[in-house]
Amino acid sequence: MPETVTLSVTRYRPEQEGEPVFQEYEVPFRKDWVVLDALNHIKDRLDGSLSFRWSCRMGVCGSCGMKVNGEPKLTCAAFLSSHLPGPIRVEPLDYFAVVRDLVVDLTDFLHKLKKVKPWLVRRHEKGVAEGEYRQTPDELDTYKPWSMCINCMLCYSACPIYGLEPGFIGPAAIALAQRYNQDSRDQGAAERLEILSGHDGLWQCTFVGECSKVCPKNVDPAGAIQQYKLAAAAHWFKTLLPWSAK
Amino acid sequence: MEVFSSDVLVVGGGGAGLRAAIAVAETQPRLRVAVISKVYPMRSHTVSAEGGAAAVIKAGDSLDEHAYDTISGGDWLTDQDAVEAFVREAPAEMLRLEHWGCPWSREPDGSVAVRPFGGMKAQRTWFAADKTGFHMLHTLFQTTLKYDVIQRYDECFVTRLLVDDGRCQGVVAIELASGKILAITAKAVILCTGGCGKVFPFTTNAAIKNGDGMALAYRVGAPLKDMEFVQYHPTGLPFTGILITEATRSEGGWLLNKDGYRYLQDYDLGKPTPTPVLRSMELGPRDRLSQAFVKEQQKGRTLKGPYGDYVHLDIRHLGEKLIDKKLPFVRELCLKYENIDPVKEMIPVRPVVHYMMGGVSTDIRGATPLPGLYAAGEVACVSINGANRLGSNSLPELLVFGARAGASAAAFAGDQKEAAPAVLAQAHDEERRLEERLQRKAGGKERVATLRSEMQRTMEESAGIYRSAPALEKAAGELRTLQERFQAVALDDHSYTFNTELTSALELSYMLDLAEAIVHSARERRESRGSHQRTDHPQRDDERFLRHSLAYRGPEGVPRIEYLPVTITRWPPGQRVYGR
Amino acid sequence: MSSPARYTPYHPRWHRRRVSVWWWLEKGSYTVFVLRELTSVAVAFFAVVTLGLVRAVAEGPDAYQRFLARLGTPLFLSLHVVAFVFVLFHAITWFNLAPKAMVVRIKGKRVPDAIVTGLNYGAWLVLSGAVAFFLLRG
Repeated sequence: MPETVTLSVTRYRPEQEGEPVFQEYEVPFRKDWVVLDALNHIKDRLDGSLSFRWSCRMGVCGSCGMKVNGEPKLTCAAFLSSHLPGPIRVEPLDYFAVVRDLVVDLTDFLHKLKKVKPWLVRRHEKGVAEGEYRQTPDELDTYKPWSMCINCMLCYSACPIYGLEPGFIGPAAIALAQRYNQDSRDQGAAERLEILSGHDGLWQCTFVGECSKVCPKNVDPAGAIQQYKLAAAAHWFKTLLPWSAK
Repeated sequence: MEVFSSDVLVVGGGGAGLRAAIAVAETQPRLRVAVISKVYPMRSHTVSAEGGAAAVIKAGDSLDEHAYDTISGGDWLTDQDAVEAFVREAPAEMLRLEHWGCPWSREPDGSVAVRPFGGMKAQRTWFAADKTGFHMLHTLFQTTLKYDVIQRYDECFVTRLLVDDGRCQGVVAIELASGKILAITAKAVILCTGGCGKVFPFTTNAAIKNGDGMALAYRVGAPLKDMEFVQYHPTGLPFTGILITEATRSEGGWLLNKDGYRYLQDYDLGKPTPTPVLRSMELGPRDRLSQAFVKEQQKGRTLKGPYGDYVHLDIRHLGEKLIDKKLPFVRELCLKYENIDPVKEMIPVRPVVHYMMGGVSTDIRGATPLPGLYAAGEVACVSINGANRLGSNSLPELLVFGARAGASAAAFAGDQKEAAPAVLAQAHDEERRLEERLQRKAGGKERVATLRSEMQRTMEESAGIYRSAPALEKAAGELRTLQERFQAVALDDHSYTFNTELTSALELSYMLDLAEAIVHSARERRESRGSHQRTDHPQRDDERFLRHSLAYRGPEGVPRIEYLPVTITRWPPGQRVYGR
Repeated sequence: MSSPARYTPYHPRWHRRRVSVWWWLEKGSYTVFVLRELTSVAVAFFAVVTLGLVRAVAEGPDAYQRFLARLGTPLFLSLHVVAFVFVLFHAITWFNLAPKAMVVRIKGKRVPDAIVTGLNYGAWLVLSGAVAFFLLRG
């Protein structure tokens, strides 16, 4: 095991440079250090001007998504030892505008998230005094994987469609829509389908499948979208039937 | 500088902040409500809570029992009127969250499931697998998206509260993405910024837990209550501080010292049984378990590791199937962050700082003594947690007091006038101060990270699990020196765009203020109670100290400690007894 | 009172990286994806050949013999081989991905992906076997 390892980190300071550049840093190598620990070492001891997002250090807040050697990863879960030998390339996520160094702009995702109505839609709300909506463990398992999304955006960074068509609503947002569609307590599937069968919705996806591969929480957004496509197509066929209610 | 205004402004977008915003939107739909947070709301530290949220819902349980467990767990420093309101409103709040879509784990018949938890005599802890806080936060965040009236200021770092005419009238903040200064005037401000665990070196807390709101309130004259009560969680991973949830013990895990012995039986916590017994052994309260670790350490019976001493948490006997069903996140954490499989090996753990019982002093409506300023969640001290918080009480606290603070703030805001020009003059002053701090180059030689680690080391040595007057005096002196050295801090980063070094420096200044409040409050409390243990005053002293400490910022910055009586309603102080 | 200014973040000089037209060569899995999509061309090729065959049959035995002779030329033979490889790739990737889209539930529990894929392959084998039996019997 080496004593030190080199990190090659993207730097972008809009006041200084017109384009991102790479800067190399040598950091100590420790068996239990992840890339995030190395970045913190750089910021604390070598160069305080390196900007990046992080918070929980345990893969649940979704802040620290970056590209490590070209692959979108949570840097708190990317061991230095898995990326030897150096130099280890650390870059901001693809397909988002770079604000500064390793920080990208996420407002597009938040805008799209709101569009898909990611909340429980009910025709009639139950009062608190009437107790909980009943939901069996099997019903919970139906949508559980899709509820695990930490909004880390690795899937967007892996999706070439999002790169080529920035209007695409994207894997995480559609998976969250499906999470509510499949929740036995929800009654908003029709409303969401209206939104997602539009131009930038479901049908932009061509099942590249990279999103599910990079997802650190096994949410399987690709599966969510394909199942949603089947449901949407079935729904469309049903509306063709003469006796269907429009 | 850009000026915005709102009627109610919530600072902090975690569980309490989002619940408060929804409460405003629902109780007073005509008011403008805004949430300002230094991170996107789904990054808030609520997201990492694992074990569960307690509320009385099953037959055979009662509000009085939940209240008694909370009050005795808090070593009688809890305000009993607040606890009564809390246990009464918790079930409704949790059901409301379920109606908003929270995926609580269920019994086979479809009703909400509960599990046992440390310090609770009955099973009343609701849970969503072992990611309760994550599901609660995302449910709340996604529900706030329903309300168009809730305006969000994401990634805006609040640096100061604006106070004029004896009431709080807004904030000044840095918009991180551009470096622009924002002044947001408001008729009521609710602080929901969480605790300050990062004052200590080993903590479960995320990087963002720097006590922002506590320091902001402290600096405008609001008192900080019970700051000396710092909760250690007995089981955290040694290097990262990552929490291994209490649920690991409630499902049946054992704590073993270096000889493989279940050492808790030596510390008046009951006798070892093969399956867990509520309020006994590994399900005893957190402070007693952490203290047992320190005593084992002094006896030399803990294991030595590269990051400090530790003991073992053994769940191998539970079997792979149960671990994957009830504790999947625990297995994932151990594998991914310390390369250990708990199905086959024992988990190395040690006590880590987890929660601040203390905080901005509020009443049971969430109001601080400063009109227009409210607080809810870990940032506040009502107090329902007293000297020691029971596990699974802090998540329902977010909901109950977030809702109360939201409703109170909304009612207050309805009666107020718009901000006077004097308020904006303060904002301009703050803008100049920040500009100067950002651009300062000459003479500065201290690094933020160096001062931060020295502060953390001082706190762990002198204000940790066991404290004494000489150690606290030394800490007070060291912190004063660090405060002075902080004035000479220099930044490498002079950019306006997303300058996280500037925010780290501002966060460090918040933490230094809070560290002093903790140390001075601890020094003045000459008794041992709950999580505050004095080796020189080992007994509980109800006659002199059945009171809350209030830390006020003195004119030179040194805290001044006063006292406030505890509200006792129906439960006279008794002994905290476990394992019998 | 005028409507209050709605907060939007101000963003000076954020850097937008352009996606290269050769994006699909940058990663192995992207290249495989594009090839998978291109297999539709091979499928279309077989469809056109089949239509040509049908037309040749309709035009009588001479036209049919001429068509078969053309199919036997080295050019068409190699085109067929290439197209066959692509269609095989098409079928394999399709079956492997099928369980993602088609979730089968029996008594509330999800049927494992491997079984769904296995059933697809099994059906393929059975159908191919039946077709081969009828064609090679005579």
